[in-house]
Amino acid sequence: MSAVLPMRGVGDRLTGVFWRRPNVLLWLMVTPPLIWLGVVYLGSLAALLLQSFYSIDEFSGVVREEFTLGTYAELARPANFDIILRTLIMSTAVTLGCAVLAFPIAYYGARYARGHWKAVFYLGIMLPLWSSYLVKVYAWKLILAKEGIIGWAAGATGTTPILEAVLAIPGIGGNSLSTSYLGTWMVFVYVWLPYMILPMQAALERVPTSMLEASADLGATPRQTFHTVILPLAMPGVIAGSIFTFSLTMGDYIIPQIIGTSARFIGLAVYQLQGTAGNIPLAAAFAVVPIVVMVIYLTLAKRAGAFNAL
Amino acid sequence: MTAAVEFSRVSRHFGTVRAVDGVDLTIAEGSFFAMLGPSGSGKTTCLRLISGFEKPSGGAIRIFGEDVGAVPPHLRNVNTVFQDYALFPHMTVADNVAYGLMVKGVGWAARMARSDEMLSVVKLADYGGRKPSQLSGGQRQRVALARALVNEPRVLLLDEPLGALDLKLREAMQDELKALQQRLGITFVFVTHDQHEALSMADRLAVFNEGKIAQIGSPEEIYTHPATRFVADFVGSSNVLPPQVTKAIGGPDAWASLRPEAVRVVAPDGAVLVGEVVGVRYLGAGSRVMIQVGTGALPRTPGYLGTDEVTVAALMPSGEAVPLVGAKVGLSFDPGALHVIDGP
Repeated sequence: MSAVLPMRGVGDRLTGVFWRRPNVLLWLMVTPPLIWLGVVYLGSLAALLLQSFYSIDEFSGVVREEFTLGTYAELARPANFDIILRTLIMSTAVTLGCAVLAFPIAYYGARYARGHWKAVFYLGIMLPLWSSYLVKVYAWKLILAKEGIIGWAAGATGTTPILEAVLAIPGIGGNSLSTSYLGTWMVFVYVWLPYMILPMQAALERVPTSMLEASADLGATPRQTFHTVILPLAMPGVIAGSIFTFSLTMGDYIIPQIIGTSARFIGLAVYQLQGTAGNIPLAAAFAVVPIVVMVIYLTLAKRAGAFNAL
Repeated sequence: MTAAVEFSRVSRHFGTVRAVDGVDLTIAEGSFFAMLGPSGSGKTTCLRLISGFEKPSGGAIRIFGEDVGAVPPHLRNVNTVFQDYALFPHMTVADNVAYGLMVKGVGWAARMARSDEMLSVVKLADYGGRKPSQLSGGQRQRVALARALVNEPRVLLLDEPLGALDLKLREAMQDELKALQQRLGITFVFVTHDQHEALSMADRLAVFNEGKIAQIGSPEEIYTHPATRFVADFVGSSNVLPPQVTKAIGGPDAWASLRPEAVRVVAPDGAVLVGEVVGVRYLGAGSRVMIQVGTGALPRTPGYLGTDEVTVAALMPSGEAVPLVGAKVGLSFDPGALHVIDGP
């Protein structure tokens, strides 16, 4: 019997080629996604950037294809700058809300859920994603409306004064929850929460129990363990989750339309500028804002050492 | 002398599994105490009961006389060297070592000075600025040791700390640990499944089996006078002889143990025990010869026992002619080395 088994056709020959040149297989696998990412994704991003340096003729409404920074200057106008500021504050608030709510859930999922409780955990988080986003938002409109479940429950439990006091807070309150910034924030937090829980849970799951034990063993209180061991080690997950919640909030144009004071957010501004107003350059300039904000955010996070545990 | 750690009727049950089952134990202050046993014998659970990561299902644990039943781990003045070292990956080596001082609120300069001091004790003086991922396994082990010692614990717990190291490094660390313990005078409680490690390092030794302590004693007592068949077999791979064999070779009608190094291979004629060589293992310093003394395959000869299979191991020093597999040999032994087992 020979030491080498006979080739059994093209498959074996091909496997042989891949075995001798592993890079060939690698390139075959990554080329299609690279084309997709490079041409379709980065290409459209470049087109967006290009558009943002054009401007629109105020009288004819025609896009002037000459490079100018004038469109960006328009972003600084009070009406536009308000939109940016409002969006940034809302995105930050939504991210913080999601992080605070997600942490205990993610911690439970990573540390305590075992066996079929783990399945229940994943199902509980994923289930809301199975139904349409629009359906959920409209459902929330009913929940938050003046005659909705929350108003009814407040009346039934005699807590209407509390609800009214909350709604009377200037800035975030309003006539009812469904027409206040508070309502917009609640719905945003609800809709994006799974995107915060899952990366957080994955990061927490990678923290070995022995590390928490070592911390307690060395005299750290549970609170100190949280601040010096759990949080720094879970930070990459928290940042990953916050990228989702932050950028999804910055780009969303449906929730602020349906729930809240009809004040505009970046997403809504882009939607209206490229649609009804036909001002593509300004829409593009608005769309560049979230990208710039994310780059600044990630740079700051990296400098603060959020990725040291990676 | 005060007892550093005292267990009275301590149990730890996980559902129906009795991981630790009615253990009584006293560890003297300043001693190097080893807990030896196969995996699942309850030795690690006992260590975790001392550190507080497990709560006893029954019984009481006292550390320096104080009942620690209601004391959480971070309030116990004991520290642990973990099996996987559990170094914090996001901190430098110096910050890892200083962690115990940091959580106590010691200032930065003071704790860095102390951390440097501890790192030089474990011979890693210049490594403070590195991350744990930049260290070798042996270096991480030392950092874990320095980190556990920085709080000046009254008891240091070591959970198979040398298990992940290669043989040469392990032997070097055994010597260092022993020297360190003698220098610091801290009580060391050392968990291991390696009998050589336990015998060579410990002042006293508890052998665990199925959640219970099979025997406590000095290494020499345990090696030469095993109390149970399990101890005889587990510590040093002794020959455990059934009563009929013990009787046939001149002992009482009881189970007995006989160390392989006490057995000599001689000519079969006139020998007290005769058998067939079934295996030879070369060990460098000598050879371990396995001799089957009870099987029907051998013709009836004087000294042959008509019992079930009993295999006796003999340790032959190098230089002696090693018999071939299949050879018929006789066995002789030093009568003083035959130890009658009192326990089960």
